[in-house]
Amino acid sequence: MSAAVLSPAAGAAAGRRDMRRRRLRRFLRHRLAVASAVVLALLILAAAFAPAVERLLGTDIRNVDLTALLQGPSLAHPLGTDELGRDLLVRLLYGGRISLLVGLSAAVFSALIGAVVGILAGYFGGRLDDLLMRLTDGVIALPILPLLIVLAAVDLTKLGLPASVANASDISLYRIIVITALFGWTGVARLVRGATLSLKEREFVRAAIAMGASPWRVMRVHILPNAISPIVVATTLSVGGIILFESVLSFLGLGIQPPIPSWGNMLTGAQEQMTNAPLLMIWPGLMIFVTVIAFNFLGDGLQDALDPRALGD
Amino acid sequence: MSAFLIRRLVQSLAVIAIMSFLVYALIGLMPGDPIDIMISSDPKLTPADAARLRALYGLDLPIGERYWNWLTAALGGDLGFSRSHNRPVLEVMGPHLLRTLLLMGLSFVISVAIAIPLGVWAAARPYSLRDYAVNLFSFAGRSAPPFWLALILIFVFAVWLGWLPAGGLETIGKGGFWDRLHYLVLPVLALTLLNVAGFARFVRAETIAVMRQDFIRTARAKGLTERSVLLGHALRNAMIPIVTIVALDFGTLFSGALITETVFAYPGMGKMIFDSILANDFNLALVGLLFATFVTLAANLGADIAYAVLDPRIALQ
Repeated sequence: MSAAVLSPAAGAAAGRRDMRRRRLRRFLRHRLAVASAVVLALLILAAAFAPAVERLLGTDIRNVDLTALLQGPSLAHPLGTDELGRDLLVRLLYGGRISLLVGLSAAVFSALIGAVVGILAGYFGGRLDDLLMRLTDGVIALPILPLLIVLAAVDLTKLGLPASVANASDISLYRIIVITALFGWTGVARLVRGATLSLKEREFVRAAIAMGASPWRVMRVHILPNAISPIVVATTLSVGGIILFESVLSFLGLGIQPPIPSWGNMLTGAQEQMTNAPLLMIWPGLMIFVTVIAFNFLGDGLQDALDPRALGD
Repeated sequence: MSAFLIRRLVQSLAVIAIMSFLVYALIGLMPGDPIDIMISSDPKLTPADAARLRALYGLDLPIGERYWNWLTAALGGDLGFSRSHNRPVLEVMGPHLLRTLLLMGLSFVISVAIAIPLGVWAAARPYSLRDYAVNLFSFAGRSAPPFWLALILIFVFAVWLGWLPAGGLETIGKGGFWDRLHYLVLPVLALTLLNVAGFARFVRAETIAVMRQDFIRTARAKGLTERSVLLGHALRNAMIPIVTIVALDFGTLFSGALITETVFAYPGMGKMIFDSILANDFNLALVGLLFATFVTLAANLGADIAYAVLDPRIALQ
């Protein structure tokens, strides 16, 4: 081993580089995951360029054009128009912004909750662990969709929010991020707890504790950075589920509120036009499907590559 | 064993008690209250009347007291009156519950009958083409928006081919067993597609895990055919975790039923809960939600107990 002749620090750096290369190789072997990463990158790019496409086509998504209802594909409207004469492609791209924004931010938000719950339960153990894990079990056991429907219907002014905030046009966006995150943290919490339990027994952590490091410092400096792999995998795997919940709620009229386009609420309008314009119903659903399956494959590939079950790696 | 049972039972009761309070509080946060609705339907009511009515119905009490009053009445069998159906809540719930049981039960039986052979078939040759195909199907099933799947089925079978009704419970003025069955085909199909995708994945994973164990090698070494190793040894042992996972997944099953019932306008529990929330039917929404929570928790408890009873290797503390 060449690492043996290097200084310990350089050896450790080389080891890390080796590990990273090994993980990258394992990830690249999972072809569906690689393809999914490419698809997601394209989706994000397309969503980012939504305003540019809008300008290029010379339309405006808010522009209701009653002379151009339910048109077929044309040069001006590559995917045609919807039941109010709005350009379908541009609305799909803007809808993608919403779905990706909700999916990613709610996943990160729930990962934060899950990481805190998991690390506290794993590190302190005992009563606190019991309490937090019973809470986690309880949340996992709940029928999530009916509860999400109630939470989406809650009148925010009754929670003491001023009416100007509660009735703002984009409040539906923030509300859905918060309520889906409330149920999404359990997977991360369980994995982080498991990782914390095994890391707590490792020598470098015991050494840190013996040298008098505070629990806060041990968790932040020694445990959390080493538990990143399971957090990343669980977070990626949760994005798809969150996007599905968002689209269901929006479809039922309780999520993202029109005129803000989301793939879910575009399908509500499309349902009524099923006999006249079936393609209107195909596109938004296909976008949800492709996005969700890509996140699921990506998570699967990351799981194989990072293998959170073998933390020592 | 009995200590384990008692502890789990107490835990589940505690979760139900906490959830009943949380759901009660949440319903109280929904837009409007019963008195506002009375005022909007009777413009002659003055604010003083409204205050009197609130006091009469105990709506001006703190949330804790209101909950206590509701709980004592509910435990005494009085679950209130459904505003949108104009009937007692219990009378409304009964038929809806039966219809959901029929929908979920039918789709569950069909799903299991398809998913077990499918999962075992894939597990027999891990990482082969067929395993890959089953895996892809289950990924697709878990990633497709359930309501979109339902819409596509409606488009293909009701609008395009015209073979089946697009939704509802029965033909008005006709009814009867065959007519209702006709209406059930599409919702059951939609729910079954979702369930098979989920179940087949569990069956495959658990069967593959069992196939790696020593007693499988022994079974092969003593000359059993691959078929009897797979069905007699692997699947039988894999059934324990499969039963558990399926029971633990009851919440997902019910969420799927809610979406399916709503898209197909099938008057079951899921659609009833959704409609009652939208219609500000507080009593019905509350009881429906609590019932769904109760059943989900009971399924979880059942899964734990079944796991413990079926697998003697698990030591119960």
